[in-house]
Amino acid sequence: MSELPLNLALDISLTVNGERVTERVEARKTLVDFLREDLALTGSHVGCEHGVCGACTVRLNGEIVRGCLMLAVQCDGAMVETIEGLSDSGELADLQLAFEQRNALQCGYCTPGMLTAAQDLLKRAIDNKSVPSRDDIREHPSGNYCRCTGYHAIVDAVEAVAQEREKARAGAKP
Amino acid sequence: MKPAPFAYRRARALEEAVALLGEHVDARLLAGGQSLIATLNMRLSAPSLLIDINGIGGLDGIALKAGTVEIGALTRHAQAERSEVIARHAPLIARAMPHIGHVAIRNRGTLGGSIAFADPAAELPACLLALDGEIDATGPKGKRTIHAQDFFKGLFETALGPQDVLTAIRVPAATKETRVGFAELARRHGDYAIVGLAASARADGKGLADVRLAFFGVGATAVRAKKAEAALAGGNIDAAVAALDLDPQDDLQASAAVKKHLAGVLLRRVVKQLMEARS
Repeated sequence: MSELPLNLALDISLTVNGERVTERVEARKTLVDFLREDLALTGSHVGCEHGVCGACTVRLNGEIVRGCLMLAVQCDGAMVETIEGLSDSGELADLQLAFEQRNALQCGYCTPGMLTAAQDLLKRAIDNKSVPSRDDIREHPSGNYCRCTGYHAIVDAVEAVAQEREKARAGAKP
Repeated sequence: MKPAPFAYRRARALEEAVALLGEHVDARLLAGGQSLIATLNMRLSAPSLLIDINGIGGLDGIALKAGTVEIGALTRHAQAERSEVIARHAPLIARAMPHIGHVAIRNRGTLGGSIAFADPAAELPACLLALDGEIDATGPKGKRTIHAQDFFKGLFETALGPQDVLTAIRVPAATKETRVGFAELARRHGDYAIVGLAASARADGKGLADVRLAFFGVGATAVRAKKAEAALAGGNIDAAVAALDLDPQDDLQASAAVKKHLAGVLLRRVVKQLMEARS
């Protein structure tokens, strides 16, 4: 087994936003660079490149991960969703509207990661039939830096959507 | 920055990973990658080969076995955080989990990786020390078990040899008498601690026995404060704080004097947790 040549580049096949993708990638390429440079999905942003800022947050097999702390070659066979996919599907349309209405973004650099992280919290809350508290909302995106807003408007927006969705969930019950 | 070029290989079996480590002296194992890939991106590390062990079967999972809780090396932090077995039988680890990184980091990061990396400000090495845990590793000569107190050797340095793969950790399952406490101070929740404390003890009448206080962020490794442990077993909290035998260095986050003061603050908080009856 060890006689196999060592490859600096590998072929990978994965699903990105519902589409099958097959590409040859350098082993050293991170997932976020692969998404941006090879697939032109530039909604995922590159900030600190060491897992601190959260601008590169994407969904891998349904769970949020840092796009800068995953290699593209590790995603062979995986299902990746980026802000482009989440946005097109309408899954977080209400969250996007709330961000806009409450000025929860200024330069917008952190926003794709912020929305993806917030949606993770809200999705989990609905699954558990609970409404996240303001503290929960502050805690969850604590891994996402925003240098413009001071976070208050972001927390307000997420809280408003959490309550709207809970109302819709409770109202939808027969 | 971007990583320097490296080759990548998915190991399918433990023996294959061990063999590859033998053939490529500067190869690194890739588990969760939440510390490794950051160091690659910053070019603090430039291995010629990454050996991805995520595809090796049998290295994850959490099980209660004959009075111990065994946690596979590839168990993700998020998995441990949600585990009933850990909540019931390894409550110190359960308490520590939410402090480790952020949700997106915990979804990928592994318990084995955190122990093997041995960051001096990380939570899990201190938990293992406080619980008198064990580490299983497999190398060219087979499997061996290392006690936590013999495992952490220095700054990012462990008892693992160059061809060893950490496969599991084990801690004694909590009993009715087990008391645990955990606290840390960080600038932002989820960041590495300025100072942290993982503690375990055995309730003995109204007092505590077998007190183990493992501080982190105060030295090259997590360290036990043995004089404070003895004072605490004698029932005197003020004496325990005064006896804190720690020798922290100044770092980017705080001066040695501040760290020492904060260690005392944490000790008082953790003693409160230790004195609470187990629910």
